[in-house]
Amino acid sequence: MDRLRSIFEVFSGDTNADRVVPPSGFTSRLTSFTAGAMAFLTVFALALSLATGRLADRWDAELARTSTIRIAAPEGQLAAQSEAVLEVLRTTPGIASARVMSDAEQRKLLEPWFGPDLPLDTLPVPRLIEVLEEGKGPDMAGLKLRLSAEAPGAVLDDHTRWRKPLVDAATRLRLLGLVSIMLIAGSMAAMITLAAQSALAANGQVIGVLRLIGARDVYIARAFVRRFTLRALIGAAIGTALAMIGVAFMPAPAEEGAFLTGLGFVGWHWFLPLIVPVIAAVVAFWATRLAAFRALSRLS
Amino acid sequence: MIELKNAGFNYGGRDILSDMTLRLSPGSFHFLTGPSGSGKTTLLNLCYQALMPTTGMVRIFEQDVRAMTRDDVARVRRRIGVVHQNCQFLDHISVRDNLTLPLAVSGRESEVDQGNVDDLLSWVGLSERGDALPPELSGGERQRAALARAIIMSPDLILADEPTGNVDWEMAQRLIALLVELNRMGKTILIATHDLNLIRNTKSEVSARVLRINNTKLQLAGADL
Repeated sequence: MDRLRSIFEVFSGDTNADRVVPPSGFTSRLTSFTAGAMAFLTVFALALSLATGRLADRWDAELARTSTIRIAAPEGQLAAQSEAVLEVLRTTPGIASARVMSDAEQRKLLEPWFGPDLPLDTLPVPRLIEVLEEGKGPDMAGLKLRLSAEAPGAVLDDHTRWRKPLVDAATRLRLLGLVSIMLIAGSMAAMITLAAQSALAANGQVIGVLRLIGARDVYIARAFVRRFTLRALIGAAIGTALAMIGVAFMPAPAEEGAFLTGLGFVGWHWFLPLIVPVIAAVVAFWATRLAAFRALSRLS
Repeated sequence: MIELKNAGFNYGGRDILSDMTLRLSPGSFHFLTGPSGSGKTTLLNLCYQALMPTTGMVRIFEQDVRAMTRDDVARVRRRIGVVHQNCQFLDHISVRDNLTLPLAVSGRESEVDQGNVDDLLSWVGLSERGDALPPELSGGERQRAALARAIIMSPDLILADEPTGNVDWEMAQRLIALLVELNRMGKTILIATHDLNLIRNTKSEVSARVLRINNTKLQLAGADL
C-alpha cells in the first residue's frame, strides 16, 4: 500500500517539481536517443517475432491437415496400386479427400532440383497421392497397415518428421525475438539508470538545497523521475514511429519471397508497437526511481 | 522545542563540541557567540539534523534525532528556517521562485501570494532583485534572500548563522528588527554571531539569552553582554 502511494505521489502533487532540476542538454538528448533507438529495435524484434509466430502457425496448420502417399511400383502395377490406395482412403474415416497428383504438379515439385522441362515419363518417379484430412484425421497406424496389405508399394508420410523441426525452429525464433525485446528493455533500463545517476551526481547542490528547505526524498526523486520518464516517452515514441514506417515499407508478403517478405504486422498487430513507448516510459520510471532513491539514501 | 543533553560532536578524533546541554523554549531568543572556529555552525547544524551528535542526545520538536526517518527530518525542517553563512540556492530559477520553493516542496504552492512575496522582498531590500538569478546577487543580497526564504513558511524556529555578516550596519539593524518582530510573534530565534555590538543593541529590544562556546563547551555569557 505504501509502495502504491509512493508511486502515485511521483505523478501527483507539484506538477512543476521537475523545474527544480536544472536543464541538462546532454543527458536529455542521450536519454531520448537511447529510448528512441531501443524502441526502434524493439519494434523490429516484435515484427520478427510475430512473423515467425505466424509462419509457425501456418506451417503447423498446413502440414498437419495433409498427408502424402508415395507409391513406388513397377510400371505395370502403378495404376492398379494407385486405385487400390484411393479405394482404401475412400473407406477410411477422417479423410476428406484424396487425389493423385498430376505429372505437371510433380514436375513443378521437382523443378527446383532438376530444372524445367523434366522428362518425367523417362524417370522412375514414384506416384504421389495428396490426402486432405478432416476432423481428428485418420488412425495413421491402422491406415499404414491397410495400405501395406492392399498396396505393398505405398508409403504413407503424415509430415510429422517435416513439421516438427520446422515448427520448433519457428517457435525458437519467436522466443529469440521475445528474449531480444527483454534484453533491449534491460539495456535501456541500464542506460537510463546511468544517465539518471550522472544527473543526480551533478545536482548535489540542488539536492542539498531541497533537503535544507524540507523536501522529502519522494519530492526530489519525483523531479528526476518525471524528467527522465518524459524524455524516454518522447524518444521512444519517435523511435517507434520511425520503425513502424520502416515496417510499413517492407515488401508485401509473396509466395516467392517466403518468410522474408512476410516480415511485418498484420491486422490488429499494428496496434502492438504502440505500447512500446508506454513500456519505455515504465522502464525509465522504475530505473530512475530506483537510481534516485539509492543515490538519496547514500547522500543522507 | 530543541533540547540538547550532554550532546557532543567529534570529527576526525577531535572534539568539536562536548557535553552540550541546551533547551530552546518556544518563543525564546538566543544569541550564540564565540571565537571563529569555536563550533557555532556545528551546534546550529545539530539543531536541524544536518549533523548527528556523536555523543549525548538531541531532540527536535520532541523527537530524538537518532530515531528520525528521512521523512521525519524533512517534516521538522519545514518548521525550521535556516540561514547559512554560505547560503545556497537553486541557481537556475529566480530569487522569487527560490523564495517560494519551501512552500512548493511542502505541497503548499497554492498558498503562494505574490503580494506577500513582494512585501518580503521589500523588507529585506530586494524589491528590484526578485527576477534576478541567485548567481547575480552579491554576498549580502544572498544572505537577505536566504533570510526571506527561511521565514516564508512562518517557521516555529529560525536558526541564523552570521545573518548580518555581509551586510552594512543599517541593513543589519533592519534584518535584526525583522527577527525581533518574528520573535514577538512567538517564533523561536537562535542567531550565531561574533558581532558583540549587534548583540548589545538587540538586547535593548528583546529579552535574549546569550550563549558562548568556549573550549568545546557551552556557557551562559557574562554580564559584559
